[in-house]
Amino acid sequence: MAVLETVNLTHLFGEKTMNRVSAISDVSVKIESGEFLGIIGHTGSGKSTLIQHFNGLLKPTSGKVLLDGKDINESKQTALSARFKVGLCFQYPEYQLFEETVYKDIAFGPTNMKLGKEEIDRRVRRAAEFVGLKKEHLEKSPFDLSGGEKRRAAIAGVMAMEPEILVLDEPTAGLDPVGRETVLNLISDYRKETGSTVILVSHSMDDVARFAKKALVMNKSKAVLFGTVEEVFSHGEELLSMGLDVPAVTRVFIQLKKMGVPVETGVYTNEQGKDAFLQLLRKGDC
Amino acid sequence: MRDITIGQYLSGNSFMHRMDARVKVLLTVVFVVSVFLCKNFWSLLTMVLFVAVFILLSKVPVMTVLKSIKPLAFILLFTAILNIFYVSGGNVLFEWKFIKITDKGLYTAVFMAIRILCLVTFSSLLTYTTTPTALTDAIEKLLSPLKIFKIQVHSLAMMMTLALRFIPTLIEEIDRIMNAQKARGADLETGGFIKRAKALIPILIPLFVSSFRRAYDLAFAMECRCYTGEGRTRMKQMKCGPRDAVASVLAAILIAAVILLNHFFEKLI
Ligand SMILES: Nc1ncnc2c1ncn2[C@@H]1O[C@H](COP(=O)(O)OP(=O)(O)OP(=O)(O)O)[C@@H](O)[C@H]1O
Ligand SMILES: [Mg+2]
Repeated sequence: MAVLETVNLTHLFGEKTMNRVSAISDVSVKIESGEFLGIIGHTGSGKSTLIQHFNGLLKPTSGKVLLDGKDINESKQTALSARFKVGLCFQYPEYQLFEETVYKDIAFGPTNMKLGKEEIDRRVRRAAEFVGLKKEHLEKSPFDLSGGEKRRAAIAGVMAMEPEILVLDEPTAGLDPVGRETVLNLISDYRKETGSTVILVSHSMDDVARFAKKALVMNKSKAVLFGTVEEVFSHGEELLSMGLDVPAVTRVFIQLKKMGVPVETGVYTNEQGKDAFLQLLRKGDC
Repeated sequence: MRDITIGQYLSGNSFMHRMDARVKVLLTVVFVVSVFLCKNFWSLLTMVLFVAVFILLSKVPVMTVLKSIKPLAFILLFTAILNIFYVSGGNVLFEWKFIKITDKGLYTAVFMAIRILCLVTFSSLLTYTTTPTALTDAIEKLLSPLKIFKIQVHSLAMMMTLALRFIPTLIEEIDRIMNAQKARGADLETGGFIKRAKALIPILIPLFVSSFRRAYDLAFAMECRCYTGEGRTRMKQMKCGPRDAVASVLAAILIAAVILLNHFFEKLI
């Protein structure tokens, strides 16, 4: 059964004003338990708006969000419990740090969950370990950390709530390549170890191709493609026409196909690209 | 939160929109002074007419003007009631135990209400037809004689401009931080006063931190573009035109009318 499902979800901003913006319209997706879903889309395509419905921060203008089959906007209680079941980490989460020490800041979520002291301590240390923050970091002020460390501390703050579904909005924005790699790897490791569902919003096709199993493509407030990563990237040309980037290998294969070489276009990692080339060579088609 | 508009400028191209902002500010000052000079209903009537003329000249829909009064309904009612009960003298209209309503009290109440309405309507016309930037520029120009007393008029005006500029940014920022903390289970809506005040800490601290960062960034950016304060020229030069002359004449007539009407008719207040 799907852990998270949206049914014809639509959200209008400024409903009563003149400049009405339809941020998402008629989005229906089903997310299975334990899945790694990547959400891709142009800036302003409604990605952030969509994920803010997952934990009830935004109320749909029409349509429903079902968590474990139950409408999360049914009552105040269900909306509140959704906040803990679905951990949402915003774009540039380092701006939400506020406590005296990193430890206390990571503990903010678990404390709000009214957990016991020992359980909080366990969770904080575990989350810190996941994101690779050392013991001495925990006693520092969050404002004394470097940019990348701040980012990781903020992500730990969400992980410490041990949500069933972890949603991250562009966790790698503004980081250098090494920082990006670290953050993506730690998210992937977290999923493997806890078995939780992870939803990753990203601008980078390459990142989604490498880490996610499924992908959702948003374009102009609509969900245009939803399926396994292979399926989505086999629509490479469509993605390009939407002004979205596709992984570099995919682009090579799209071009090859155009030139009449008999190849599949659902290739999206360098490994697959290599295999496909070797196969071609063996067949001796070129 | 995003619906909050400060300055509430309505774009347009009416007579009043195209007036010089300095003249509009002065006109408002003159108007406010005249409202307080009014001593009877006749002079007050000229004020109402003056407001009506300028509503027409600004082409702001009457409904919009009325909307700006709505938040003041309580104050209006409150002052009216106070006046009805506390002003003594004149003929008694109604008496019950210690409550005594006189005709003078009633008149004063109505008079005060109209006064407040005039003040609010006219000053909101000013903000409806003048952009915040034009307004601060005008205030800077009008206050520039104060430079003799070593008051840094330019810095004050720049501070006002920046403050206005950053209101929407701050609102957006508060929205974002609130959502982020709510996602971590922060409870902002329930509990008593102290609990709610405490719940604000996770929002205020990040807000201050980012405001300081923004202020530093802005200061650097301004310095990098050689901002030194005084002696800047303007992209949009303020010029007085025939419209401003017309408005000034109207204002002069207004004052004259108020003084005359005050003089020839019986004083109420
Ligand atoms: N609070 C708001 N009020 C009004 N309009 C909004 C609000 N938030 C978002 N929008 C509008 O909704 C649309 C979708 O915005 P959203 O933030 O979901 O895009 P996004 O896909 O996350 O973009 P990005 O990749 O830049 O983060 C945009 O057109 C935006 O202008
Ligand atoms: Mg976004």
